Amino acid sequence: MLAASTPTSQRENWDGEAHGLAHPVDGQLDTRHGAILYLDDVTVSFDGFRALNKLTLDIGVGELRCIIGPNGAGKTTMMDVITGKTRPDSGSVFFGQTIDLTRHTEPEIAQLGIGRKFQKPTVFEAMSVHDNLALALAGNKSVWASLRSRLSGAQRDRIGELLATIRLTDHYQRPAGLLSHGQKQWLEIGMLLAQEPQLLLLDEPVAGMTDAETEKTAELLLTLKGQHSLMVVEHDMDFVGSIAQKVTVLAEGSVLAEGSLAQVQANERVIEVYLGR
Amino acid sequence: MSQPYSLKLAAAAGPRATTLGVGLLLALLMLLPLGHALFPEGHALHVSAYTLTLTGKILCYAIVALAMDLVWGYTGLLSLGHGLFFALGGYGMGMYLMRQIGRDGNYQSDLPDFMVFLDWKELPWFWQGSEHFVWALLVIVLVPGLLALVFGWLAFRSRIKGVYFSIMTQALTFAAMLLFFRNETGFGGNNGFTDFKRILGFGIAEPATRAVLFAATVLLLALALWGARWLVLSKFGRILTAIRDAESRLMFCGYNPLYYKLAIWVLSAVLCALAGALYVPQVGIINPSEMSPGNSIEIAIWVALGGRGTLIGPVLGAAIVNGAKSWFTVAFPEYWLFFLGFLFIAATLLLPNGVLGLLRKKGAQ
Repeated sequence: MLAASTPTSQRENWDGEAHGLAHPVDGQLDTRHGAILYLDDVTVSFDGFRALNKLTLDIGVGELRCIIGPNGAGKTTMMDVITGKTRPDSGSVFFGQTIDLTRHTEPEIAQLGIGRKFQKPTVFEAMSVHDNLALALAGNKSVWASLRSRLSGAQRDRIGELLATIRLTDHYQRPAGLLSHGQKQWLEIGMLLAQEPQLLLLDEPVAGMTDAETEKTAELLLTLKGQHSLMVVEHDMDFVGSIAQKVTVLAEGSVLAEGSLAQVQANERVIEVYLGR
Repeated sequence: MSQPYSLKLAAAAGPRATTLGVGLLLALLMLLPLGHALFPEGHALHVSAYTLTLTGKILCYAIVALAMDLVWGYTGLLSLGHGLFFALGGYGMGMYLMRQIGRDGNYQSDLPDFMVFLDWKELPWFWQGSEHFVWALLVIVLVPGLLALVFGWLAFRSRIKGVYFSIMTQALTFAAMLLFFRNETGFGGNNGFTDFKRILGFGIAEPATRAVLFAATVLLLALALWGARWLVLSKFGRILTAIRDAESRLMFCGYNPLYYKLAIWVLSAVLCALAGALYVPQVGIINPSEMSPGNSIEIAIWVALGGRGTLIGPVLGAAIVNGAKSWFTVAFPEYWLFFLGFLFIAATLLLPNGVLGLLRKKGAQ
C-alpha cells in the first residue's frame, strides 16, 4: 500500500505519545479505510461569521482532489484548520484513522506528513534555491540537530532530484528572492516534496503563472498523484479540468456539490452561487 | 529587496580577507594594555588610563551590539531591552566588587556602605555568597539567562512579534530600572555601586589589573565574533534567517520556531551580561540608568548604523557611535542627543545596509 512505502523519517522525532495522543503505529499512517484525511462536521466562526459551517469532507489515499468555490467560501480557512493554524470550534479532523489534527501544532502536523503551499508563494528569499530545499528536507528538526547538521550524500542526491523535478537545476545557487513568480511557486512545491509528505495541500498553485508554466505544473501534479494525496484549491477552471477527476465545490463554509468538473459545472446550485443569482 | 545575507558574507571581499583583517585589528588592540602596563607615564609608548578605559568600554558595547545583531539582524526580533541584560551582568559583578571593598569603605563596616547608610544590620539573603568570584560568575550568567528564558518563553509561546515584542522588552527594562532605583531593593538605589577597590585581591586601578581586564574584553569579543560567525553559517543560522523572513513557512516545514528563538535570545542575553560584567570593573560604576529605555534604544542604533545581519557591522557601529559620543559630549554636550538622532535618521535613509553595506559596495566597485 502506498502509505506504507512512504519513508517515515519525518516522524521519528514526533513525541505525540508523551501527550497521550494517538500516533502512527510503527511510524506508519493508519489508512486502512482508504481515506487519508477526514473532516467531520467542522465549524469555525470568527466574531459570529461562520467561515466553516459543518464542513464534512474526506480525501482518499493517492487522490488528487480539487476544491473550488467563490471568495469567502472557506477554502483557506479549511487549510488553516487542517494544518493547525486555526482550531475548529467543533467537529473533528483526522489524518488517517487515528491522528486527531486538532490536537497538534503546525510544526507537529508538518512532521506527521502534511505539506502546505501558501496562496502567495512563500520561500526564504535571502537563501539560495539549494538552501531552501535543504532546510525543507525531512529529518530531525530540533535545535540541537541543526547545530550539528551536515548534508549527507543521500540528501545531496535528493536535492538534485528535486531541483530537476521543479526545473530549477540551473538556478540552484540563485537567491530565491530573485526567482520569477512562477519559479517561486515551483520552489515552494519542491520544498513541500522535500518534506516527503503524504498529503499535500496546495493553495492556488498556478496563480500568476504563464500558460506554459501552468501546463508544466499540471504535468507535475499528475505525476505526484498516486505517490501522494493532494488537495488543490484553484480558481483557474482550465487548470482544474486538466488535472481533476473529482471536484468539491465549497460555498459559505460547507460542501455544495461534489463530482467530476462537468457534473458540478452543470449543477444548478453551483451556477447560482458563482453567478450570484 | 534586501541582499541575501549568506551571499553577502561569501562576497565580502572573500571571508578570508575579512577574518584576517578582524584578527589583525584585535591583535593590534592587544598592544594597548601592553603600552599601559609596561611603559611608565611620560614614556612615548605609554597608553593613558583614560584611553584604555574608554577603548575597553567601547569594546564592551561592541559585544552588546554583536549580541543584538544575532537577535535583531539575523532573527528579526527587535529587542529594545538589551540594556537590561547588560546591566544585570554589571550588577552581578558589582556585588562581588562591593564585597571586595571589605572594611575599606567610608564606614569601615563589613557591609557595603549603602547598607550601613540604610541602617541595615546584616546582608540580605540574595547577597549571600557574593564574596566568592565563582558565585559572582554564576550570578552573571544565570540571572540574566533565566530572566531571558522565562520572558522569552512567555513571549515566543504566545507568538508575540514585531513592534509588540519591542514594546514589551522596553517595558521590561523600564520596570527593572524603577525597581533598582528603590533603596529597598538592596542594590544601592539610584547611586548603584561604585568606589570599587579590588578585584580578586588586585587593586582595581593598578595598570596591570586594567591591562588584564582590557585583554579579557578583547578576548571575549574575539570569541563572540568567532562563535557568532560559526553559528550564523550553520544550519541553525539559516533557520534564524528563515524565522526573520518567513516564519510561517518554517513552521510548515516542521520546525518549531519557539525553541530556535529561545536559544538565540538566551544566548544573546548572556553575551550582553558578560559584556556588562567586564564593563563595570573597567568603568568603576554601575547604576540603574544603565537600564533606562534610552540606553537600549541606543544599542539598536549602533546595530542599524553598522549594518544589520553582518556581525562585524554592529561592532563597527558601536565603535563609531561611542567614539563620536565621547568626543561630542565633551565638545558640544547639549547637542549629543540631536546628533545621535541625526545619525539614526541618516543611517535609515542613506545607509539601509549600514556602514558595512557602504564599505562593501565601495569594495565591489
